[in-house]
Amino acid sequence: MTFVAKPRVRHPLLPVNELGLTRRDYEGSVSTLCAGCGHDSVSAAIVQACAELSLPPHKFAKVSGIGCSSKTPSYFLSHSHGFNSVHGRMPSVATGANLANRELYCIGVSGDGDSASIGIGQFAHIVRRRINMLYIVDNNGTYGLTKGQFSATNDKGSTSKRGVPNLYEPIDLVSMALQIGASFVARSFSGDKRQLVPLIQAGLMHKGFAFIDVISPCVAFNNHNGSTKSYDYVRGHTERLVSADYIAAGEEITVDYESGMLEDVAMPDGSTLRLRKVDEDYDPRDRVQALTQVQRSAEAGEVVTGLLYVDADAADCHDVLGTPATPLNALDDSVLCPGAEALEGVNAQLR
Amino acid sequence: MKATDIADPNYFHKVVDCQWACPAHTPVPDYIRLIAEERFTEAYMLNWDSNVFPGILGRTCDRPCEPACRRVRTEEKPVAICRLKRVAADHKGDISDYLPRVPKKKNGKRICLMGAGPASLAVARDLLPFGYEIDMFDRDPAGGGMMRSQIPAFRLPADVLEEEVDLILNMGVNAQFGYEITSMKEMLDMDYDAYFVGTGAPRGRDLDLPGRQEVDDHISIGIDWLSSVAFGHTSSISGKVIVMGGGNTAMDCCRTSKRLGAERVTVVVRSAFDVMKASEWEKEDAMSEGIPIINNRPPKEFLHDNGKLTGIVFECVRPIPDGRGRYRYEPSGEPDVVMECDHVLMAIGQENHCPWVERTVGIEFDKWDCPILDEDTLQSSHPKVFFGGDSALGPENIIWASAHAHKAAISIHLMCQGKDILRDRPPEGVNLISQKMGVHQWSYDAEHDDSKRFLVPHANKRKALDNIKIEVELGFDARLGLKEAQRCLNCDVQTVFTESLCIECDACVDICPMDCITFTNNAEEGELRTLLTAPAQNDEQDIYVSEELPTGRVMAKDEDVCLHCGLCAERCPTNAWDMQKSVIHTPQLGSYASG
Ligand SMILES: Cc1cc2nc3c(=O)[nH]c(=O)nc-3n(C[C@H](O)[C@H](O)[C@H](O)COP(=O)(O)OP(=O)(O)OC[C@H]3O[C@@H](n4cnc5c(N)ncnc54)[C@H](O)[C@@H]3O)c2cc1C
Ligand SMILES: Cc1ncc(C[n+]2csc(CCOP(=O)(O)OP(=O)(O)O)c2C)c(N)n1
Ligand code: SF4
Ligand code: SF4
Ligand code: SF4
Ligand SMILES: [Mg+2]
Repeated sequence: MTFVAKPRVRHPLLPVNELGLTRRDYEGSVSTLCAGCGHDSVSAAIVQACAELSLPPHKFAKVSGIGCSSKTPSYFLSHSHGFNSVHGRMPSVATGANLANRELYCIGVSGDGDSASIGIGQFAHIVRRRINMLYIVDNNGTYGLTKGQFSATNDKGSTSKRGVPNLYEPIDLVSMALQIGASFVARSFSGDKRQLVPLIQAGLMHKGFAFIDVISPCVAFNNHNGSTKSYDYVRGHTERLVSADYIAAGEEITVDYESGMLEDVAMPDGSTLRLRKVDEDYDPRDRVQALTQVQRSAEAGEVVTGLLYVDADAADCHDVLGTPATPLNALDDSVLCPGAEALEGVNAQLR
Repeated sequence: MKATDIADPNYFHKVVDCQWACPAHTPVPDYIRLIAEERFTEAYMLNWDSNVFPGILGRTCDRPCEPACRRVRTEEKPVAICRLKRVAADHKGDISDYLPRVPKKKNGKRICLMGAGPASLAVARDLLPFGYEIDMFDRDPAGGGMMRSQIPAFRLPADVLEEEVDLILNMGVNAQFGYEITSMKEMLDMDYDAYFVGTGAPRGRDLDLPGRQEVDDHISIGIDWLSSVAFGHTSSISGKVIVMGGGNTAMDCCRTSKRLGAERVTVVVRSAFDVMKASEWEKEDAMSEGIPIINNRPPKEFLHDNGKLTGIVFECVRPIPDGRGRYRYEPSGEPDVVMECDHVLMAIGQENHCPWVERTVGIEFDKWDCPILDEDTLQSSHPKVFFGGDSALGPENIIWASAHAHKAAISIHLMCQGKDILRDRPPEGVNLISQKMGVHQWSYDAEHDDSKRFLVPHANKRKALDNIKIEVELGFDARLGLKEAQRCLNCDVQTVFTESLCIECDACVDICPMDCITFTNNAEEGELRTLLTAPAQNDEQDIYVSEELPTGRVMAKDEDVCLHCGLCAERCPTNAWDMQKSVIHTPQLGSYASG
């Protein structure tokens, strides 16, 4: 951790966004994580993504559980709302927050321990419920905060820092998310902001549950030779499948010539997701193909990254539940509590 | 781009913008840190070593370091480098233990220094510790050259001047004052081992306009007038005074006139305000003393009443920007103006002028009457004769005089020792010293201070205008000095990168407050500059490029606005970044004085 405060001065030519803010205005307090922790790069990517989208910082709800990863919402968007919940329980808080105020951009940051170990039940259900949020897991294959125990995403056979192998099969959160209702599923690497930033932008603007599994090395406990989540291992085994660019509504869409590899996905808000594929036959709108591809690559010891699956028109929780367009926290008492007569009516329906 | 060679002394020297810009390469951040530690004596000596006249320069330097200061680019106003130098001088203790010893036994070589201005004095200081016998000749009654004869006491009090001039004279200079040199041949006949010409650029320019001859009694050449004030021959001026010219001499003339009783003083300049030669702060000081500066008025004619000056006719012009930061002028269409006046001080420039150097002694001059010199050695076409200060390249300033002196002294020393004065010069060098003390501890104050530049307190204006001897600026006290010192970014504490340790985790990129660092594919410099996180548009500042890293990319750091805050090194998990102090070795005669 650093004791020198980050100076407030900034590069004089730093770009200013539509709100007149620079990237620096989207930062949080200085990180207390270990120097070199991948999680800090994820935070930096979130900062950059939000600044480039010109989203107002006070329109965000940041939610997290417990872990080094779950500490990171302190390190971005210091002018937004936030809730640091208990271990593995961020999904409950996110669900509540999103139901109460559907107008906030909801970002959840969790860890592999927080989501795949203690919080696996909560994770499964928030995916099923299609909460309209961006859910990021900083996946380092370990419990960083508690000093390096194997987490549930750690690959079988990969070793601890002391050389002890992990005996159990890993849980793949990407496959789970694909199976049970996520309408935007991606995987990326903290050391690859060029891929990660546009994915975060697309995930934030996606309507429905957007999930990004970010492999984010733990330099303190899981960055050694026996690890499959180290900087070197990930760099050596990554296969970029589909890159995504988020193009806001009204922005000019340039024509690209290798069109077989390109696919534009129209988003409900008028914006466009431009997908750049490495393999012409891969269709990121085919959920079963996505699942198969992820499993095959895992068998081969490869990590596929990019936007693996997207369904831009999927229903989100508000569609499913039929909530009003006005956020619940903006409805007045007479609407929220329509009185005895209305209750009578409801009761009558149930008799 | 090729990987940066940080062993090249110039690479990190350039990063220390102030030191690089200083003609004498004073190690600025080093002395500023000493001031912050209240080690004023050491801070003073560090200055004395490089620039010879810290107390004088702390008040009068042209300060090329300040516009160069990185703080101008990161924030706005430069560190008050010059005024901090004065803090060191004002608060220093006894320096005698730090002074070089001058051997009683001489080395048998005799050196002739002509002129007793800063250039000659600095040569004397550099040579004396090596046992040279130094004879110095000057026509003025005392030493200091234009520092004494031109710079008015309200900017440079006599005691400050004398302390630093006498320090050198008392090291054992045989000085002959009141000695007008009239023939170079005569001097050469005295058969010294080497000669240094430090006689300055002593001739003030005149302007030949209609009426000039008739009003001769009412016109003074600025530098002649200032020197007659300095030596007490002139103590008053009356009536309406017009100062013609826009340089520092003009500013000194007008402010001096105001103090000597002029009824009204006006500065009239032929060119536009922003291209005047006078420093920003000199103009500000003059204006704040109630002296109007009128621009875009070339003079046409002196008006007189039977030889009694009554006024000057000026034409009115308008500056037209030429797109390259300069102006051309065209008539503005307004009618000519007449300004009444009783006295004119002509401050329109100085010239090199050595009528006493016979053109037959082997010293060649160019068509502007400047001696033809070797740039690196300052040797003239006569092998024994060296030039420095204003006499060398035309009127400059004190700090250039010191810088020339160091160069010439090395040449003289090498020549007297039978060495090659070009090949055997001591090399430039750089040492890098890690500042890491512990996991999060640095031996310099890394924290960024975002204070605005502190203002130097001034004397009461009414009192100051009454008495030419009252110094206008009071200088920072120790407390303000300390605060101003904290603004320095420590640009000499360098970010040093070790490729083999880097794991490309991006931690430095993410933490850097100034977006200096990028990991990117390599490219030619022009293109690389566009690939960085923040645009690197300042071509004068280098890009620090690493060797290729395992991912095939390079680390590219734009030095331009780095705060030297050390956060990159703090956040680096492998110490691939380290903060290391660069000590730049600028060749100076002391570089030989090991034994
Ligand atoms: C009005 C004015 C204000 C200035 N203000 C500043 C300032 O604030 N800061 C700054 O840095 N610079 C200032 N300068 C410039 C600075 O004074 C000179 O650049 C500097 O003094 C040059 O040093 P020097 O040793 O080359 O020559 P000088 O200082 O000019 O010294 C030359 C010496 O040689 C002597 N000499 C000349 N000819 C003969 C001869 N034939 N025989 C015997 N002796 C001779 C002269 O008497 C003189 O003492 C100012 C100049 C002027 C005119
Ligand atoms: C209910 C509960 N059980 C256990 C813990 C101890 N604990 C704190 S963080 C953590 C694991 C965090 O791992 P992960 O989510 O992967 O975060 P990382 O630190 O690796 O980013 C555990 C087990 C706790 N805080 N609360
Ligand atoms: S322990 Fe690991 S996960 Fe936690 S801050 Fe350190 S490097 Fe990051
Ligand atoms: S900040 Fe300090 S070291 Fe840097 S250029 Fe300015 S005075 Fe020199
Ligand atoms: S010292 Fe490092 S972190 Fe600080 S501004 Fe310079 S490059 Fe950036
Ligand atoms: Mg973890």
